[in-house]
Amino acid sequence: MNPLEPARAEPGPAFAVTLDGREIAALPGQTVATALWAAGVTSWRTTRGEGRPRGIFCGIGVCFDCLVTVNDRPNQRACLIPVRPGDAIRTQEGTGHEH
Amino acid sequence: MSTDLAVIGAGPAGLAASLAASARGVRVTLIDAGEQAGGQFYRQPAAGLGARRPQELHHQWRTWERLRDGLAASSVRHLTDHHVWCVEQPQARQAGFTVHALRGPLQEEPATVRADAVLLATGGYEKVLPFPGWTLPGVVTAGGAQAMLKGGLVVAGRTAVVAGTGPLLLPVATGLAAAGVEVAALVESAGPRGFVRHLPALAAKLPEAAGYAARLLRNRVPVMAGHTVVEAHGDDHLEAATVAALDPGGRVRPGTHRRIPCDTLAVGHGMLPHTDLAEALGCRLDGVNVHVDDEQRTDVPGVWAAGESTGIGGAALALAEGHIAGRSIAARLRGTAPDPRAWAAADRSRTRLRDFFAAVDSVCAPPTHWTEQVTDDTVVCRCEEVRAGAVREAVDELGAGDLRTVKLLTRAGMGWCQGRVCGPAVAGLAGCDPTPARRPFARPVPLGVLARAGHPTGTDHLTEADHPTEEGPS
Repeated sequence: MNPLEPARAEPGPAFAVTLDGREIAALPGQTVATALWAAGVTSWRTTRGEGRPRGIFCGIGVCFDCLVTVNDRPNQRACLIPVRPGDAIRTQEGTGHEH
Repeated sequence: MSTDLAVIGAGPAGLAASLAASARGVRVTLIDAGEQAGGQFYRQPAAGLGARRPQELHHQWRTWERLRDGLAASSVRHLTDHHVWCVEQPQARQAGFTVHALRGPLQEEPATVRADAVLLATGGYEKVLPFPGWTLPGVVTAGGAQAMLKGGLVVAGRTAVVAGTGPLLLPVATGLAAAGVEVAALVESAGPRGFVRHLPALAAKLPEAAGYAARLLRNRVPVMAGHTVVEAHGDDHLEAATVAALDPGGRVRPGTHRRIPCDTLAVGHGMLPHTDLAEALGCRLDGVNVHVDDEQRTDVPGVWAAGESTGIGGAALALAEGHIAGRSIAARLRGTAPDPRAWAAADRSRTRLRDFFAAVDSVCAPPTHWTEQVTDDTVVCRCEEVRAGAVREAVDELGAGDLRTVKLLTRAGMGWCQGRVCGPAVAGLAGCDPTPARRPFARPVPLGVLARAGHPTGTDHLTEADHPTEEGPS
């Protein structure tokens, strides 16, 4: 079951964003994190030291584990920032400043 | 922007206080990071999701409706999407406080509110103790799973294990089940003995507990009391969790390990209060909680605190404390002493609920010997990737005797989250008491905002005089 169902959610029309160039659908009201979870993606960062994958942990902006690069800005907390039409989301490697 | 009272946090405590104070003629500005009021407990689905029945994923909805409708009908000015990073202390001979916030999706635009009094209703966040594999994607805090569900109407996977200890695990397990997730196990480290021992204090909440029990049964969620998660498995993503039984002394029983396939592990070991703003104001703490008197006043004149920041106790206690604080503030701002008989009902709730949560605290403690399950190669500080072995080496071989020294030797707690997540784990592994972190700012602040905030002309707008001359500062 989709959790939109028990809450009887009728979101506005879906829009497209990209994750590492791949198009995914997002809904108005979603954060970058909830859009990625809804698309089945659970990690979008690798750590500075050991390159390990990370995604959502605390979900409320405390832990900074869900850092992600959005529209070339690294280190955004995916659980806090609203997703916008056309956002270019990229998996963040390390500090996000190394390309 | 100026106001009589700045309330920081729009959860149950902040809402109750705002309504109580504004009903008594106080000009209230309610400042909150969320797009909507509600805080964590009453976190609302984002408006764009168009949820017609959000109450399906909530508890005590009628109370929320009263708060929501009360706020709408009140004169309270509600600033949404305002992330408070500091409350400045009154200057000598100058009354009032300055609340500094960041707004906008990127949290870069400064905003300030000047207020005669401040109520800190900053809430709490979840404590999670480490175990091997806990950094794998798919392992989330129980509250995080709940926040993603309530606010975003999403779940991470198909099969979840909910584990740890404390009353939050019940709504998380039933909430995930209601959203269609198969909850393979609810793993609670407290055993039935503890509950029986504290039955008198816990009895008041038995009907609520029975409601959860019925829902767990209906969704066929196996409940494993007296068990703990010892390891999360997977390469790049969670694939399974191993759980084991605990003996009465809080040690894992050999030979009781069981591997449960799952793609989500929602784990929590209780809650911690957000006290950064109170600490920066110089408020006295009792242990990790902000100290308050019977009127919810901190020991800094003009500063009140209510809800989880004064001690973890849930939404109902937060409402009672917020109500008392709001009435106290209304009287004190008029220069009169409040009559506590006016809030006798809220006072009785406060006493009863504090007793209840004291009992919950002693029953729902993490396993006594949880550190034995933390292998040396387990990452403890998630930000700086500091392993348990490094913390142990700092204590055993380098002679660190307090948390600050452990931090300086290992970097545990120096990363993005500033030790909010690893603090209790490092303290447990090092055998030190948790100490207040004394973070000057409650969240990261852009340097430009910080530079302007220090200027006496204010922070909202740069004026020409704020720019250095071409010759540079003298």
